[in-house]
Amino acid sequence: MSTAAPAATASTLGMIGAQSRAMVIAYWRVPAFAIFSLVLPIMFFTFFGLPHAREKLANGTSVGAYLLGSFGAYAVSSVMVFNFGIGQATARAQKIDLLQRATPLPPFVTIVANVINALSFALVSLLVLFAFVFVAGGVRLSAATWVTLTVRLLFGALPMIGLGMAIGYSSGVNAAPALANLIYLPMSFASGLFIPLNQMPDFVQRIGPFLPTYHYGQLAWNTVGGADESVTRAVLWLAGWTLVLFAVALRAYRLEATRKFA
Amino acid sequence: MEQAVALVGVHKSFGSVAAVRGVDLAIERSEVVAILGPNGAGKTTAISLMLGLRRPTSGQALLFGMEPADRRARSRCGVMLQESGVSGSLRVGELVDLFRAYYPRPMPAARAIAMAGLQEQVRIQSSKLSGGQRQRLYFALAVCGDPDVVFLDEPTVGMDVEARRAFLAGIRDFAAAGKTIVLTTHYLEEADELARRIVVFDRGLVIADATPAEIKSRVAGKRVSFETDAAFTESDVAGLPYSSFEAGGGGRVRILTQDPEGLLAALFRSGRPIRDLEVVGADLEEAFLTLTSRERAPA
Repeated sequence: MSTAAPAATASTLGMIGAQSRAMVIAYWRVPAFAIFSLVLPIMFFTFFGLPHAREKLANGTSVGAYLLGSFGAYAVSSVMVFNFGIGQATARAQKIDLLQRATPLPPFVTIVANVINALSFALVSLLVLFAFVFVAGGVRLSAATWVTLTVRLLFGALPMIGLGMAIGYSSGVNAAPALANLIYLPMSFASGLFIPLNQMPDFVQRIGPFLPTYHYGQLAWNTVGGADESVTRAVLWLAGWTLVLFAVALRAYRLEATRKFA
Repeated sequence: MEQAVALVGVHKSFGSVAAVRGVDLAIERSEVVAILGPNGAGKTTAISLMLGLRRPTSGQALLFGMEPADRRARSRCGVMLQESGVSGSLRVGELVDLFRAYYPRPMPAARAIAMAGLQEQVRIQSSKLSGGQRQRLYFALAVCGDPDVVFLDEPTVGMDVEARRAFLAGIRDFAAAGKTIVLTTHYLEEADELARRIVVFDRGLVIADATPAEIKSRVAGKRVSFETDAAFTESDVAGLPYSSFEAGGGGRVRILTQDPEGLLAALFRSGRPIRDLEVVGADLEEAFLTLTSRERAPA
């Protein structure tokens, strides 16, 4: 067609590195984001957990360790739904996506960088929670358990990344926080993250075991004690929810792309 | 020479609205082309098609002979869009470094920042920049990858006179390096100063494609305005050389004409009282009116 020699492109890894770095810097400069995801889990642990942290559950697990699992799951998934989802909606509202679309940056790099950013944020919020629970709650776990809990919570959050993306691509900057709260808060309650599920109303106890956050919580409790299902079962459920929520996110992304760039 | 940009029989409709209605346009490498036209003429849509931000309803858009959305083509082009954003909490220097990472052979960050005249603002977060500084930041982001072609959509909007002058110097620097520049603008002077070729869009069509001198001679016209008694109507200038007439409030009359001397001589002869007379060059919006009406009217 033309004599154009194939133009070289920048390295994808380099782009992912630069994009992730920029996103991490940009997020940490917004105090609201940081406070939300660092302070809330500690606050909840203080309210719900501290008074009983040194008591034991019927199965011998310490209440402090059990609630560490609960609020660890809460902390990571709220980073995914709120920081990631609302961050995405904000970027769209500021038309950051429009300029990026005109550059050689492939759209998937932005998504990968977003995930890396969210995971690093989630890791920091976990470490802050761990430190607090260790010092104030007197919770002692083996080194292997701390590490396993961290790894399971970060990788198990995959479906929540899908949920965050679905919210971020489908709703405006004003609707996104409301939608995120409306979906995520009842879901966390109905999964037993705040109060054990057996203390919830009967119908909630029946719905709970279908929710992604329920199985995410089970993954955490399987590590610290107090789980109702096996790790394998929890992982299978989470894998299923990952497929469903990523499909929803992809559809929202495509609809948005068609509207803007067709 | 290798073609940088090509639109081949391109149509683009949004629903029932036809924004671009059959445009053929080829831009060679190292050309500096200004796309002019009134609001809604299809300039921005044309740029979006060249960039692959929009897909033609029919016809073909090519960037260096490739699909414009091809990463290899995009790696050779930089862009300043009218409505777009960057993260407000990142600093000017950080954003330039980020955008440099998108390109295979970027220029040194300091050079892009100097071309945009932002040396003093390197450590300022983008949300704290003034409107003109923000435009210059977008320019730095457009050129920092050292692309072969840059697209600038209304680049000087929001700039004061001083900033605009510095900015145009930056664009000239870039053009002097043999780069292709495609810019849209409302200002004929700006196009005249930068471009050796002007493409005029109107209602989705290219209605003129020529050198600035040719275009100017075709849109030359003066606006004559003065105050007079309230009874002055269009019938009072019947038979005189003019192309549009408008009697505003306060008895102020505005007439667009190709022959201001002849028009005024006739008015003075008529003995009507004329106060506060002004004769100025027609602005582009008015000039387009003449140009577009002439192009359409059967000769």
